[in-house]
Amino acid sequence: MASLILDDIVIEQDQRPLLSLDTTVAPGDVVTVMGPSGVGKSTLLAFIAGFLSPAFTPRGRILLGETRLDTLPAEQRHVGLLFQDPLLFPHLDVEGNLAFGMVREGSRRQRRERIHEALTSVGLEAFAKRDPATLSGGQKARVALLRVLLSQPRAILLDEPFSKLDAERRDEIRHWVFERVRHYRLPTLMVTHDEADARAAGGRTITLGDTP
Amino acid sequence: MSRATSYRFTIGVLPWLTIALLSLPVVSGVLGAMAPAFGYLPVLGGDSLTLAPWRQLLEVPGLVDMARLSFVTGLASAALSLGLVVLFLGSFLHTALYRRIQRWLSPLLAVPHAAAAIGLAFLLAPSGWVARGLSPWATGWQYPPDFAFPGDPWGLSLILGLVIKEVPFLLLMSLAALVQCQAHERLKVARSLGYRPLTAFLKVAMPGLYPLLRLPIYAVIAFATSTVDVAMILGPSTPSTLAVSVVGWLNDPSLSMRFMASAGAMLQMLLTLAALLTWWLLERLVALVSQSWWRDGRRQCGERWLGGMALTAMRLVLGLMVAGLAGLALWSVAGYWPFPHFLPWPPTAHNWQAAADDLVAPVWQSLSVAFAATLLSVVLVLGSLEAETLKQRPLRPWAQVVLYLPLLVPPVAFLFGLVMMQAQFGIRPGMAAVIAGHAVFVLPYVFLSLAESYRRLDPRWSQQARSLGAGPWRVFLRVRLPLLLAPILTAAAVGFAVSIGQYLPTVLMGAGRVATVTTEAVSLASGGDRRLTAIFALAQLLLPALGFLLAMLVPRYLFRRRQGLLPRAD
Repeated sequence: MASLILDDIVIEQDQRPLLSLDTTVAPGDVVTVMGPSGVGKSTLLAFIAGFLSPAFTPRGRILLGETRLDTLPAEQRHVGLLFQDPLLFPHLDVEGNLAFGMVREGSRRQRRERIHEALTSVGLEAFAKRDPATLSGGQKARVALLRVLLSQPRAILLDEPFSKLDAERRDEIRHWVFERVRHYRLPTLMVTHDEADARAAGGRTITLGDTP
Repeated sequence: MSRATSYRFTIGVLPWLTIALLSLPVVSGVLGAMAPAFGYLPVLGGDSLTLAPWRQLLEVPGLVDMARLSFVTGLASAALSLGLVVLFLGSFLHTALYRRIQRWLSPLLAVPHAAAAIGLAFLLAPSGWVARGLSPWATGWQYPPDFAFPGDPWGLSLILGLVIKEVPFLLLMSLAALVQCQAHERLKVARSLGYRPLTAFLKVAMPGLYPLLRLPIYAVIAFATSTVDVAMILGPSTPSTLAVSVVGWLNDPSLSMRFMASAGAMLQMLLTLAALLTWWLLERLVALVSQSWWRDGRRQCGERWLGGMALTAMRLVLGLMVAGLAGLALWSVAGYWPFPHFLPWPPTAHNWQAAADDLVAPVWQSLSVAFAATLLSVVLVLGSLEAETLKQRPLRPWAQVVLYLPLLVPPVAFLFGLVMMQAQFGIRPGMAAVIAGHAVFVLPYVFLSLAESYRRLDPRWSQQARSLGAGPWRVFLRVRLPLLLAPILTAAAVGFAVSIGQYLPTVLMGAGRVATVTTEAVSLASGGDRRLTAIFALAQLLLPALGFLLAMLVPRYLFRRRQGLLPRAD
């Protein structure tokens, strides 16, 4: 796996700088981005993922190893994105959601087996045909991450992914997610307001909006 | 009665009045058309039930062709419009092109059907602008060629005319629906999983979007299978569509024809129902076939080709609309304009001067009817939406169907029944009946235009006002209405435009006593005077434009010192 390199990034809004950042996230590292509301944390993730609104003007380069990402359309960046809401597609069952995310390799039977393995690995093998709406918050979060992982991303972005989980479930899911991204050696950038998220991530913390 | 009680009473009553205005005319109109279809209309001597009107109807030469034409043109125009809208949204959502088109949607929607159809007819006619532009250098034509277009026997020009008006309508309906079904978020997920934009749209946004578009699409099918004004201008005449023939039989000097016309109106309703049923079956089939495609993991499906096709078709549709309207403007100032000259030269104001006297009465009647119908609709819609807010409960599914009822039942069927009932009960046709008839069609559009903004208004504004001691009337009149002034005026402008464009309710409910710019433009379109037709079609176009201009300028003027209330460019 390659590092995610944010090379001299500056994002402007109305010709005024909103944020600037220059950092590298190594494979398996989880870097936390914190800062007050409106400082541009989610805007940074939108820029990396390829969804930056035209209202913002970005400068700098985003690299994944040798590949320059910021010139590619979103779907070609191979950057997995997890939001506050798991956003499981309501018209598909759990298996359908995972099949949607999975890279199209091998026969249909092989793909189905891989989905079954993935669900088994998180103890959700009995939930393949379930309507996503009937899952608990923690189960939804797992399926959402599995969907991202099956798409074989080369980096992961987490946009306050645990903020809507029950307090009792949050710790468990948090550790599970971080364990997975480390296992797959994915460079991971997480935006959060919760310092507990940053502590659990165990990596560096960048605070945007800090006065130098 | 205390102020709070009067507020609760008023707000409680208005939704029921709205439901009554929408459902009673439709239901009683259908029943009113049904009785004469089986021979029962005492005022015309029909005292017993009989199948004679149906037998008479089945003997009409070309009846099957009429029905087939209405059915095919209705379904084809709806399918083409939906296909184009879906491919365009899928390929160009979140692009600058989409945002540009989005800005033009309301003005495009405000163009009355008849004006758009007349513009298209002038554009595509043998001596139209297209033929002039290509002649003689490309075609060799020194004289207008001899072909029947518009008015072709297959209904192609009719389909085209319907598509150019249905595409803006479906696009506008999609705007709110896209937000409602979280399409933007779904697309982000799919794109981050490697899906190309169009495939992502078709696989994850459409399954959420389509259920929200279902009723507008059904309304499009109902309109397209039963339109009268557009079919009179662009459709064939031998035979014409079923709806046009029914109106012809209704206006026949022989009153006995009204029994057969009733049967024809019932047949039109069955035909529209059959078209809706066919569409519903197609929906099921597509959903079934799509199941495995949604999850097969393919990230793209001919994106470039389909996107290019959508772009070309969208440009063609919008270009035809704009060129048609520009053609109207040229004809209105054309003096001698021989074929194949591309432009009339020199332009003249004589046509307008000559038509000025003829314009005054129809313009005045159009304005009066549209103003009254819109005012009535806005009051009822505000009451209904305020009641929804008060109860903190969204519209129930059955109420939503009632809202669409006048758009789902062919107007020719229920308006015809209302005319029969007017005759039966001795009610004089005239202005009041026309205003009521227009309001039935205006109200759903005002509701659809305003509902989203009304529901999105942050409830904390009212909570803040209440905590400062304001009663419910004061909160409604002094807080909610000013905050919502811009969308209310826009919804009123949409309603005004809908009213200006109404043909059938004016003709049937007014029994010829009320002449509006639309009724005049449609009747002139079948004659030979293109200059006068163009002037009336332009008048038909300018009145709604005036409404939209006022809707835009009034809030800007009133709130010129209130930055928070000025429309934002987003």
